[in-house]
Amino acid sequence: MSVDIDLIFKIAAIGILVAILNRVLVQSGREEIAMMTTLAGLVIVLLMVVDLINQLFQTIKSIFQLY
Amino acid sequence: MDIVQIVSIGLVAAILAITLRQQRPEMALIVSIAAGVVIFFMIAGKLSAAIQALNEVMRKAQLNNIYFTTVLKIIGIAYITEFGSQICKDAGEGSIASKIELAGKVLIMVLALPIVLAVFDLISSVMQ
Repeated sequence: MSVDIDLIFKIAAIGILVAILNRVLVQSGREEIAMMTTLAGLVIVLLMVVDLINQLFQTIKSIFQLY
Repeated sequence: MDIVQIVSIGLVAAILAITLRQQRPEMALIVSIAAGVVIFFMIAGKLSAAIQALNEVMRKAQLNNIYFTTVLKIIGIAYITEFGSQICKDAGEGSIASKIELAGKVLIMVLALPIVLAVFDLISSVMQ
């Protein structure tokens, strides 16, 4: 995944979406589904960030010859 | 990729992180990590160009290459350690951050040891 600026906006959008969904589901009484959506959003965002950090460390290794 | 763009990205990411902090603090942390990585990738090109230039100077001066590569490794380790410990501090985990810094210091010391020994040998040989 290329590293570009809208990655930050994607993560923030998912975060806000999950927060709203969680609030709506909690209000409508479905607690467990709210928890599920929160966890799902978190997993998606974590996958994106782990991939991003992996690219970062690969770049640093190549720049600083840290083998 | 000038400084204005980098600063604007940093500010926007900070604002997004604050909005997320009330409901989902973990998402706010992830947004700040993503912003840090994106900003680093913006300067990575210029950083590697500068390091290539330094490499060139070192090669022309016929200095032993081992010293310069060790210095580069130390800078790389220092940067990664700083990156990790700063994020742990943002997340409120001060103890983990200090453990990461301790590990970074030990690794850097291990890397710097041969150079220090070389300097001592040089000094002792000069003294005789």
